[in-house]
Amino acid sequence: MEGKITELRMEHITKRFPGVLASDDISISVGEGEVLALVGENGAGKTTLMNILMGLYQPDEGRILINGSEVRFRGPEDAFNAGLGMVHQQYMLVQNMTVTENIALGYKKAWQPFRLSLSDVRRRVVEISERYSLSVNPDAYIWQLSVGEQQRVELVKTLCLGARFLILDEPTSALTPQETDELIALLKNMTSELSIIFISHKLQEVKALSNKVSILRHGKVVFSGNTDEHSSQDIAAMMTGHSIELPKNVDKTEPGNVVLSIKDLCVMSDRKTLALNHLSLDIREGEIVGLAGVSGNGQRELSEAINGLRHVESGSISFFGKEIANFTPRQVIDEGMGYIPEERNTEGIVPSFSIRENFVLKDVAERQFSDKAIVKKKALDEYAETLVKDFDVRCPGINTAAGSLSGGNIQKVILAREIERKPRFLIAVYPTRGLDLGAVEFIHQQLLAIRREGIGVLLISEELDEIMDLSDRIAVIYKGSIQKVLEHDEATRARLGVLMAGVSE
Amino acid sequence: MLAILTNMLSMCIPFSVALLLASIGEMFNQRAGVFNLGCEGVMAMGAFIGMLIPFAAGGGGAVSEWYNVLGFAAAAVLGALLGLFFGVVTITFRAPQGIAGIGLQMFGVGTAGTLFRHFVGGTQSIPGIPDIEIPLLSRIPFLGDVFFSHNAVAYLAYLFIPVAWYILFKTPWGLKVRAVGTNPRAADSMGINVSRTRYEALMLGGALAGLAGAYLSIAQAKMFSDTLISGRGFIAVALVYFGHWHPLQIMGGALLFTFAQTFQTQIQSMGISFPYELAVMLPYVLVIVVLSFTSRNQTTAPTSLGKPFNREMRT
Repeated sequence: MEGKITELRMEHITKRFPGVLASDDISISVGEGEVLALVGENGAGKTTLMNILMGLYQPDEGRILINGSEVRFRGPEDAFNAGLGMVHQQYMLVQNMTVTENIALGYKKAWQPFRLSLSDVRRRVVEISERYSLSVNPDAYIWQLSVGEQQRVELVKTLCLGARFLILDEPTSALTPQETDELIALLKNMTSELSIIFISHKLQEVKALSNKVSILRHGKVVFSGNTDEHSSQDIAAMMTGHSIELPKNVDKTEPGNVVLSIKDLCVMSDRKTLALNHLSLDIREGEIVGLAGVSGNGQRELSEAINGLRHVESGSISFFGKEIANFTPRQVIDEGMGYIPEERNTEGIVPSFSIRENFVLKDVAERQFSDKAIVKKKALDEYAETLVKDFDVRCPGINTAAGSLSGGNIQKVILAREIERKPRFLIAVYPTRGLDLGAVEFIHQQLLAIRREGIGVLLISEELDEIMDLSDRIAVIYKGSIQKVLEHDEATRARLGVLMAGVSE
Repeated sequence: MLAILTNMLSMCIPFSVALLLASIGEMFNQRAGVFNLGCEGVMAMGAFIGMLIPFAAGGGGAVSEWYNVLGFAAAAVLGALLGLFFGVVTITFRAPQGIAGIGLQMFGVGTAGTLFRHFVGGTQSIPGIPDIEIPLLSRIPFLGDVFFSHNAVAYLAYLFIPVAWYILFKTPWGLKVRAVGTNPRAADSMGINVSRTRYEALMLGGALAGLAGAYLSIAQAKMFSDTLISGRGFIAVALVYFGHWHPLQIMGGALLFTFAQTFQTQIQSMGISFPYELAVMLPYVLVIVVLSFTSRNQTTAPTSLGKPFNREMRT
């Protein structure tokens, strides 16, 4: 562990996976105290490139130079020793161990033959967290921490292990807006001592944090330059290959009848605490109601309670005048409820099933698709081919396992299934989380389209921009009840932020 | 009545040792992310080799204590080798662990029985190892019989519980084992060799299962037979879940099961008119009942249990 890293270069890196050219002759460089933003859509090869830099993958061609001399990393340990530290998008933390124990895993100085000096590690953790003002509790178990806290643990871990060069893979993808702002301030502070590469497709952050930007598309660098010489729009256009203007909800409509009416709803969380506390909300036909709030304030429980996936303790859910509280999921589906769940990989699809099978998960028993308990293969194939085309699902074919698709395409499969079965109402939970701009644009267009057809939509999201772009009315949820419902024109980012933090007006 | 209770409880500790050693071994396997259903087979092999050495040396008559020690050592080495073999199958070749484990179980039980018939023939007893009456302590009424009048291996096995706890929670190796069983990708990103750690844990687990088998043949039954293990290897696997992968709770489970077993033998020997078939079932039913009520606490569980690790697999 010696000396600063004054320059890091990756030259002509190429990496092939079976059937995919993940990195195609990529070159990047970062100087001392610089922040390089690596941007690109999902699947553009950003993470692969960083995994190569960290020695997790071996490049097929190309070389890495630190301070001018070539290095070869056979594994992550070699990269640590050179002073590189990476915070992965999926946190690399062991849930059933404490913060200190997690850091001890890499802190070999505390390893004696028959004893692990946890007190040394703990001291180091406290020292680093104070020096960079990253507050963490060294004795907490990882499973007890929020996502934002876990990220701070990752940063502390990387710094404790002696990183002088940070690589951050989509550091804000799971953070709330407040946590994101905090993180950006922290990182800016650190650039006095470190250089940083950070991967993102959120352009606000790229503009706020980076000096230089490299744009990847289909495994190639399509642009490199200084961040402040280019607008967000330019960067977005180069990222997707065409210019993008996210659609907005502008055409006003007359408010219709209330179709979903929730009154005094109380629901328990997994930890047996009250997750929804006498929540009441009305949604009319043909309107999008955005539910804004910091995640963990009851959004998950609300969507599950409506869809029959969670027991309702008390209160009522009236759907087109019919009481559906504590219906089974099948009964709720039969009432015409459409649902885009939060976890698209585990709740939205069956990953090992083909795209075609995922399209008809809810309807395979219908006359249209089966006859006397035998599936009509031809009808299924035709239906699936149509949906793949209409919803622009990019896939090798309808028999591809849905789990092997990218996040955006999985979301399109779910959206296609839910919209095509002509729901009377749609609940969309974090529908664009972690997706790139192109996919976000498509999903927003689809949500606005079904609104125009007169269908009510409950949109649960943490992205204030998304909520403000799409909603007719915005309800703010805090600790399991609705803080306030604002008309679209009354809502500003600042006002919503205050309400989301639990301050009533 | 007190005599009966003393009798039952004094059997608890020596009779629980095999279960205890095997389940502590299985705990290390599972903490590292591999469950070895072949435990039963490894125990059978350990029991056979453990019995064979003192028998071959003395022909069933008295032998030097060192032959018993050699028997235990051979069982541990053989167990470790079988653990290594299981590692090749499940870690290097990434075979499904459940099927591979059942294979190992059948291989172990079958091979031990066949070798026994070839080298020993029929039922033959060996002198085994003596109980040690700890001076003074063993004279305490009740407690002396229950706690202080057992064979040396039983004491060592119980002393190993805190050692196992220390290894798991206070040494770098224990930290590695817990990490590779819960989040191998994280461990790998920290420069820990996942496969190597899993191999090491499997060898330790195998050695302990081998010792458990040898305890049954050398110290407990003082003989070998095809049915000597009689499902203890599987009970050991169940006890690991029951004890939430924690040495102390596993010990509690082993004692509870053994108590139920001595209780049922007591019922039979006392001639109470109760169908003995039902009595024999009691300990097993107890395990099933307790397991179904054990809380599914995901906070301590090694969540990658049963999943092979492949660094360049894209997920």
